[in-house]
Amino acid sequence: MSENFTVEIISPDKSILKSEAAEVTIPSYEGQMGILKDHIPLITFLRPGLIIIKENSGEKIFFIEDGIVEFSNNSLLILTSTAKSLDSLERNSIDAIIKSSEEKIRKGEIDDKERYLLSYKIDTLREINK
Amino acid sequence: MPSLDDLKKRIKSVKSTQKITKAMKMVAAAKLKKAQANAEKGRPYSEKMQNIILNLTKSINDPENAPKLLVGTGKDKINLCVVLTADRGLCGGFNSNICKLAKTKFEKILSEGKELKIITVGTKGLEQIKREYGKYVIKKFSFKNKKQITFTEAETIGNEIINLFKQNQFDKCILFYNNFKNVITQIPQAQQIIPAEKNSSKEKEEDLTSYEFEPEEDEILEDLLPKNISTQVFKAFLENAASEQGSRMTAMDNATRNAGELVDKLTINYNRSRQASITKELIEIISGAESL
Repeated sequence: MSENFTVEIISPDKSILKSEAAEVTIPSYEGQMGILKDHIPLITFLRPGLIIIKENSGEKIFFIEDGIVEFSNNSLLILTSTAKSLDSLERNSIDAIIKSSEEKIRKGEIDDKERYLLSYKIDTLREINK
Repeated sequence: MPSLDDLKKRIKSVKSTQKITKAMKMVAAAKLKKAQANAEKGRPYSEKMQNIILNLTKSINDPENAPKLLVGTGKDKINLCVVLTADRGLCGGFNSNICKLAKTKFEKILSEGKELKIITVGTKGLEQIKREYGKYVIKKFSFKNKKQITFTEAETIGNEIINLFKQNQFDKCILFYNNFKNVITQIPQAQQIIPAEKNSSKEKEEDLTSYEFEPEEDEILEDLLPKNISTQVFKAFLENAASEQGSRMTAMDNATRNAGELVDKLTINYNRSRQASITKELIEIISGAESL
């Protein structure tokens, strides 16, 4: 029996990915979360971070800023408007995003929730750019 | 009887109109392909979003404390109608169909003694609604200079709706747009987005799976519902864009065909009167020769 389940990433204007995976790691709102086959049904939010999809042939990594995840009947559904494949991101553009996010934090006109999300965004992007 | 020259001019003018309509049809066909693909790609997102919300709704046991966006304010006094139309004309009954549906709804709302508020998106709809219901229009949007409507535009409208809701400006929100079925058929639709309409027939089919929520249901809903509004608006945009092009294509196809028929008719007329004048001249020559 295969140990795979289906993964779908959908953005408002297109379907970004549809494939089979053995394990998916998602940056859920309250911490990293690994999902294997036969996980119990789940609905949760995402914070900025990386989605790591382990397929038989290798790994696929996406950077996301927000989204909703639903897992049921061995199919994982990720709805997001911001998913970007890691290969398509360039160093310079990452730097620019980091800078603008830091700027926002410095201005201090945001609430705690936003600050929390932004700091995760910066950390993840820094990690990528290492 | 028009003179030969007049007929010639007429034929020429119809032919050049035909050229324009033909070109418009071609452009619409090319745009339609893209818009249709976009609409189809956008459908899964909004459908899945609806599904998740449906699942969430089922697991809420305490309707008293449920978010207002979902269950409504409990009143049905002020109705907000959002009418989505195109910015350009010459697309058959596209704009009129939406407006017709909207106007029947407006009438119903007013006759029931409720308050009416209108938001229009797109200039063509505004023109048609302004005449009778101008005083009810509270906001108008137009994305005329945008080449392609993206999620950002939908979000602007979504946020506007949510803001008004938070200020208790309305109790019920209805979205009017054309649903793209295929190139020839577009169905004008009225979709209620606040409070979220429950699809009772769908509920029965789905089995009740109990989900694990993280964070709590309420928190998820609080965040998800505003997003859903924007998503629904975006979906309406995509459907509308495809419908507009489809409608224009059929309209222009008809126009081209009509122009062709007209040219044929005029050409026959032209040939007949040309023949008539030749015959007349011949008769004159022959009778002139006979009298000599």
